[in-house]
Amino acid sequence: MKLSKILKNGFLIVVACLALSACATSKKSTGQMQGDVYTGTDTVEYLASGVPDRVFFATNESVLTTASRETLRKQAAWLRKNSKITIVLEGHADERGTREYNLALGERRANAAKDYLMTYGISSDRISVLSYGKERPVDSGSNPLAWSKNRRSVTVKAN
Amino acid sequence: MKNFLITLIIILIPVKSFGLIEVDITRGNLNPLPIAVSPLSIDEESRKNFENILKKKNIGSEISSIVENNLKVSGLFNPLNKDAFLQEPDIANLKPRFEDWNLIKAQALITGNVSYVEEKLRVEFRLWDVLAGKEMMALAFTTVPNNWRRVGHIITDKVYERLTGEKGYFDTRIIYVAEEGPKTQRVKKLAIMDQDGANNKFLTLGNELVLTPRFNPTSQMVTYLSYFRNLPRVYLLDIETGTQEVVGDFPGMTFAPRFSPDGKKIIMSFAKDGNSEIYTMDLENRIVEKITNHPSIDTSPSYSPDGKFISFNSDRSGYQQIYVMKSDGSNVKRISFGKGIYGTPVWSPRGDLIAFTKLHKGKFYIGVMRTDGSGERLLTENFYQEAPSWSPNGRVLIFYRETKTDSKGKGFSAKLWSIDLTGYNERQVPTPTDGSDPSWSSLLSN
Repeated sequence: MKLSKILKNGFLIVVACLALSACATSKKSTGQMQGDVYTGTDTVEYLASGVPDRVFFATNESVLTTASRETLRKQAAWLRKNSKITIVLEGHADERGTREYNLALGERRANAAKDYLMTYGISSDRISVLSYGKERPVDSGSNPLAWSKNRRSVTVKAN
Repeated sequence: MKNFLITLIIILIPVKSFGLIEVDITRGNLNPLPIAVSPLSIDEESRKNFENILKKKNIGSEISSIVENNLKVSGLFNPLNKDAFLQEPDIANLKPRFEDWNLIKAQALITGNVSYVEEKLRVEFRLWDVLAGKEMMALAFTTVPNNWRRVGHIITDKVYERLTGEKGYFDTRIIYVAEEGPKTQRVKKLAIMDQDGANNKFLTLGNELVLTPRFNPTSQMVTYLSYFRNLPRVYLLDIETGTQEVVGDFPGMTFAPRFSPDGKKIIMSFAKDGNSEIYTMDLENRIVEKITNHPSIDTSPSYSPDGKFISFNSDRSGYQQIYVMKSDGSNVKRISFGKGIYGTPVWSPRGDLIAFTKLHKGKFYIGVMRTDGSGERLLTENFYQEAPSWSPNGRVLIFYRETKTDSKGKGFSAKLWSIDLTGYNERQVPTPTDGSDPSWSSLLSN
């Protein structure tokens, strides 16, 4: 009885240590995440030189970060220069939510990007929106970094 | 009036005191009822006929095995080992020697006979109370030989109903999404199978992503989401004919479809400009109605069995929570107030409970609560699981569960699981490939 109690406590301590060290590493910010928004470039592709194709979101959020707005302004400039190009904004969610809610969330994220592009002069006729929810992750990992890469809106050339 | 009451009671008491066996399904059954399923007896000529038609050596034993497996999987019964049976099936069916069955500790006994009559399969079976030495039920029916598996399911339904006092759920099918391939590029197909995993059939080829199929509770129609031509839309599928059609003419994504309890409407979400609202479409006159009106995400709608209310999830409070409203969209009330995020509410066919998925501190739960949100009870906890669907009698939930991948992103799988409303009897439901988004049909026969 005593032993099991000790073991239990021991186990709790180990778990607590793990949790702390996990916190410590994520706070250090290896240049991959800020808060829980992905800031790395691992999965990013480019529509043209210096024009990243995607923006990332915090858990459950569809608010554009400062970095996302900068990316979208670059996309808007590129779209204004190439006025024949039409795009699809593909909205995605991570796997830590129910399938149906994630479909709605992906749609909301892609629309946040669409609205921003529109304020920079891109006509809504050139933009369509497609939500994949959690169906098409780029990273198959089950960890916070993988999830942060998967919470995204990707701008894809449609023509 | 008083006299009448008393006579009623007097009549009732002796019935009870017969003490025929009963199985209580309202609590976790830790002592499943020992039951002997004697193989259905069969005459040699019938046996040969069925062997020719169905390529099964002894269809009597095959049908009994189905009954036995159903009873075992229900968690309420403990089918006894046939090696210990002392009586031959044909004699047992005429007049069981209760001492023999008592000796191997059987409390109930199923016997029967199967024969080939005018190109049909005829079955009669009996349920016996071994301790009381009495016949509890005797039934016979005839069907086409190809239906032999269903015969096993119907016998189980009848036995289950006689012993528990509630309808069974064995002569039913599951529609689900069969999955294969790497996690980043899953190929998904609609698939249908019997409740026990037999007769699996793929209904789509996997060329486009398909999600969330749901049965019409009154027929064998299915509604689901397909990404056909990269346009996520709600479709209607007739399983018998294979015909498919888009539901409604919405300028954007429609998703999260379900039927109304009378099968006449489809309720779903329509997403436009970053806002998802709940709509219904009448399948006869095609009239579309907008039910919710709120800038938040409103989705996963599910009707109450009387059609008067709709439960759904919404993040209008900031996070996903469960709400109930009248079917016209009025009187919206939040019902989930526990810690965590709540989604996928599904109303029990009995009307008294709502099953849901809950995310709390990084764990996913399948749980139930009363329709006013009280009495929350979590049935199972895991890394990831969601989307419960009720058995037609409201006693079992089927859902899907995904595994956590390792540090290299390997080891992903998605499987169907079932659990009793009691929180006991958690089981993986066999599928030939990975599976998700299960939906349970109503009883095929009654």
